[in-house]
Amino acid sequence: MSTFHQDIEATIPALRRYARALTRDAETADDLVQDTLVRALRSEHLFHGGDVRSWLYTILTNLNRNRLRSLARRPALTPIDDNDAPDAAGPEAGGRDIERALALLAEEQRAALLLVVLEGLTYREVAEVQGVPIGTVMSRLARARVQIKAYLDGERPSLRRIK
Amino acid sequence: MIDRNTPVTDDELHVYVDGELPADRRSAVEAWLANHPEDAARIAAWRGLAESVRARYGSVIDEPVPDRLTLNRVMRKHRSWATIAAAAALAAFVFGGVAGWMARGASAAAPSEVALFTAEAFNAHKLYINEVRHPIEVKADEDHLLPWLSRRVGTTLRAPDLGSFDLKLLGGRLLPGINGPAALFMYEGANGERFTIYCSRLHEARTSFRYNANGGFGAVRWIEGNYGWVVSGPKDKERLKAVAIAAYDQVEGRTPPPSRGSADQLISRRGS
Repeated sequence: MSTFHQDIEATIPALRRYARALTRDAETADDLVQDTLVRALRSEHLFHGGDVRSWLYTILTNLNRNRLRSLARRPALTPIDDNDAPDAAGPEAGGRDIERALALLAEEQRAALLLVVLEGLTYREVAEVQGVPIGTVMSRLARARVQIKAYLDGERPSLRRIK
Repeated sequence: MIDRNTPVTDDELHVYVDGELPADRRSAVEAWLANHPEDAARIAAWRGLAESVRARYGSVIDEPVPDRLTLNRVMRKHRSWATIAAAAALAAFVFGGVAGWMARGASAAAPSEVALFTAEAFNAHKLYINEVRHPIEVKADEDHLLPWLSRRVGTTLRAPDLGSFDLKLLGGRLLPGINGPAALFMYEGANGERFTIYCSRLHEARTSFRYNANGGFGAVRWIEGNYGWVVSGPKDKERLKAVAIAAYDQVEGRTPPPSRGSADQLISRRGS
């Protein structure tokens, strides 16, 4: 197995983690990882050195954006969740809150945030993955944090007031 | 060294919490936080957010990788897909038509990026060649056309000189593409026929020329160096191929543009 293949193989668990947080659905996430691997192998000759990991994050981020775009073209199929209030307490509740908060973000903000806080990429690496200047990465992070904080701080007290 | 008393900006707070702040500024930020409880609370909230994300998803990395995601399995599957794709591409070539292209996309579950890209180029062609008064956004004789499109599309663009085909560059426009901004150049022949050249970033394997026809139009595309190009025009395969080859030779810098006048259509950062 070539170094290139070994580097890819070693990145698969991290790609699964990133995809899981990005899509918040285990099966969709693994499909995305699979497509990423196929794409990477197919484009092997386009890889001219550099960081395999960043390159794979780039492919996965682009594929997910395309996936969302084709979903958006179809009529919306939003599951109706009539148990939508944030859960009362406990670590499980915290996990579900963060899932909902992530779901509220625009795709590019979510990707920027996850690449930094979950995957530990530097701003420069995220800028390369997203194909934007570092300043854009920073404003995506800032907006993501403002929105999540507003959701976690704001929504719950207003729901508490109702009862 | 930055003055310790320089006020701390919002950006710096993010840079600080993500561990990217240079050491010489870190103590200044920490001193600032000691005196600005609101900012300190925000920092704490951001750290809490990062911890919740890691608590929720961090453990995925320790899960055993499912069989279908091991590299060996993916490589085997990749090979069989490649065979299907090659067969479908051949079918598309023989029968023509976007339908064939779509079938190729469908074999890989979702429409491929190349199919989406080509469809965008085709749509742009069909939409703008029928515009009588506004086929383009910026005229060919305005010198900012190429610098502007190059900057937006992210590569040094040349508008090929197609004078040997009696096609004159009218100008160009910027369009949204699937991977970011796309450039569309429009050419017009003496009898009013119009050709377009579409270019945008496309992270796909390099390909040779592929011809495709739909309705009265045809297109030849190629991919090179992370950019895709589509030359569209009236359905005449031989002519389109000849135009595409001439365009390719010029944009990929294989041979110098055929005439002197075309030097104006070239932005050369190398001088000459």
